[in-house]
Amino acid sequence: MYKILKKEVLAPTISLFDIEAPMVARSAQAGQFVILRTIDDGERIPLTIADFDREKGTITCVFQEVGKTTTELAKFNVGDCLKDFVGPLGEPSHIENFGRVVVVGGGVGVAPIHPIARALKEAGNEVIGIIGARSGDLLFWEDKLRDACTELRVTTDDGSYVRQGFVTDVLKEVIEEKGDVALCVAIGPLPMMRAVCNMTKDYNLKTVVSLNSIMVDGTGMCGCCRVTVGGQTKFACVDGPEFDGHQVDFAEMARRSVIYKEQEQVAMEHYRQGHQCTCGCGGGK
Amino acid sequence: MAIIPNKHPMPAQDAAVRAKNFNEVALGYDEETVVAEASRCLQCKKEPCREGCPVEVDIPAFIKLAAQRDFAGAIKKLKEKNALPAVCGRVCPQENQCEKYCTVGKKNDPVGIGRIERFCADWELANGVLPQQVAEPTGKKVAIVGSGPSGLTCAADLAKLGHQVTIFEALHVAGGVLMYGIPEFRLPKAVVQAEVQNLKKLGVNIQVNAVVGKFATVDQLMEEGGFDAAFLGTGAGLPYFMNIPGENACGVYSANEFLTRTNLMKAYKFPDADTPIRVGKRVAVLGGGNVAMDAARTALRLGAEESWIVYRRSKTELPARHEEAEHAEEEGVKFAFLTSPTKIIYDDNYWVTGMECLRYELGEPDASGRRSPVPIEGSEFVIDVDTVVVAIGQGPNPLVPRTTKGLECNKRGNIIANLETGATSKPGVYAGGDVVTGAATVILAMGAGRTAANSIHAYLSGK
Repeated sequence: MYKILKKEVLAPTISLFDIEAPMVARSAQAGQFVILRTIDDGERIPLTIADFDREKGTITCVFQEVGKTTTELAKFNVGDCLKDFVGPLGEPSHIENFGRVVVVGGGVGVAPIHPIARALKEAGNEVIGIIGARSGDLLFWEDKLRDACTELRVTTDDGSYVRQGFVTDVLKEVIEEKGDVALCVAIGPLPMMRAVCNMTKDYNLKTVVSLNSIMVDGTGMCGCCRVTVGGQTKFACVDGPEFDGHQVDFAEMARRSVIYKEQEQVAMEHYRQGHQCTCGCGGGK
Repeated sequence: MAIIPNKHPMPAQDAAVRAKNFNEVALGYDEETVVAEASRCLQCKKEPCREGCPVEVDIPAFIKLAAQRDFAGAIKKLKEKNALPAVCGRVCPQENQCEKYCTVGKKNDPVGIGRIERFCADWELANGVLPQQVAEPTGKKVAIVGSGPSGLTCAADLAKLGHQVTIFEALHVAGGVLMYGIPEFRLPKAVVQAEVQNLKKLGVNIQVNAVVGKFATVDQLMEEGGFDAAFLGTGAGLPYFMNIPGENACGVYSANEFLTRTNLMKAYKFPDADTPIRVGKRVAVLGGGNVAMDAARTALRLGAEESWIVYRRSKTELPARHEEAEHAEEEGVKFAFLTSPTKIIYDDNYWVTGMECLRYELGEPDASGRRSPVPIEGSEFVIDVDTVVVAIGQGPNPLVPRTTKGLECNKRGNIIANLETGATSKPGVYAGGDVVTGAATVILAMGAGRTAANSIHAYLSGK
């Protein structure tokens, strides 16, 4: 069993857990992910590793409540145990001294960008961080990112905090202002990563994205997570999750990401109806 | 005493009923029937049936005990050689193994060895498991990578010999293909788990959620984990696709994904189980092996109105067990022989709407002795389907080979191991089952696990 040692609500619908998983923590690296299962008969969901502590043997996961499993997960508390927790999965981020790099985190993608920014900085890069959210109350880890980056710029879609604009607007400014940027790493919702790639293509700026396709096992045995990269089929769980964003078929990814949309709503509704509690989630009626 | 010419029939769920549920199809013998069937055995001195069993079960001896209603004795005899009798009694292709060599079978039906084995194993599971003898601890540690049939067998044998055995399994339950691949209606998952529990009673430690090659490499297990030897039984879990246009469209599954969602994740219980699956009205399963039959039968149970096997050769070349193809047909699975798709057609939302196919004819026999299919030019036609399951085979998962220094593989990615000993190119590391031979049968993998266990024991004894 995998015990929750720390819980923090970072923003409305966004939570952080430190989970006791020494086997995962001993070899976890930036860019990798885990798969967890909350309960018996639960589904397996992938979450990107947001941090790790080898001495304590913990993995930090940050997630947003978007459906049944994540809503249920958010109700877990310190001392509770997850049924299953497996990793580290996927290939680690490629880290070296590139020179000047930009890391972009959108929404809940601010969490997985953190260990990558830190590793890039430790490798001697000048790391310019850009983080953004829909509004100020959904933004988290500003301080943590400030430490992990050489310089951090913050934006909100609605202008409720710091400034108004998408991360792509800020990225454009950084590129124009700084000139030579060797690499961009962008993690966030699919439309955001797609927009970043469309923009950096014009500047011929190599851009790495972390693809969040639907997964089951996460070990390369089913192909559920397959994506087309440079015209070739790749399995995001073992070949990725990071790929050259300019080679990714985002249109295909977007369509594959909603395969189970109807079932996801059914599962959420089923959960609400069967769920007896006073947490205000609408269950127990 | 007159010979009874026919096997006692196995009661089964009616085809029309079972095609709509996930309960086991074959219902098993009752006590009177098993005694009657066991009494058909001639107890011949030559014991030809034993030659056909890859794990060398003492077949006449256990059948004799069953005929005398000593089921405790029978299961004890079985388990001297076979750690998974409830599984083998159900899924072994006995017609090509033990029963193929049965003396009674020369003129009449062979003795139903598999059915008797199944009864004895189920009897034990229902009546409480008998303790098994384990040798004095040797102090040696063995790591088993993968908990499929080869790993489980290897682990059981080594544990009985007194070695300290740890199985590392990537998924959240042990059993490998027995859990994720073979459907509930052929092999109930509770039966598999009961046999896995029996292994734990031998002292085998099972670590699930442990992906070797990721949390630790084989070398790290040996150097830092203190393991004296390792057995790699990682199977053939890498799905092959056709590499035709449209294969990434929504509604196209690998058989591994389709069966894993259904069997391991219990998607047939959705939304009581959380994992969803989407099956349309018309399903095409590409391929003709047992996996294809399992997928096509599963599709019907998930509510498909039509389930088609699309196979590029003819009925005689079907690689699936005859019995499986027959069960599929009885349940209403339809067959399109000498047919293979060239592309998958999809709508504006990227959902599958059909397959463009070519018709084939059989040409000269190929290297494998099977007549190779040759496409007929200009025979293009379209099949309307909304779900496609690709079941054309699997290769070895590269995670362990890729991360293990000094482990030689062939060009298909299979680990090279001596078939007589299981030894790989790496000292102390043994391998067996599908990762060595390519996708084969449960019992062959078990035989390879047994072989490797013997070699590992000899290696550790000399160390």
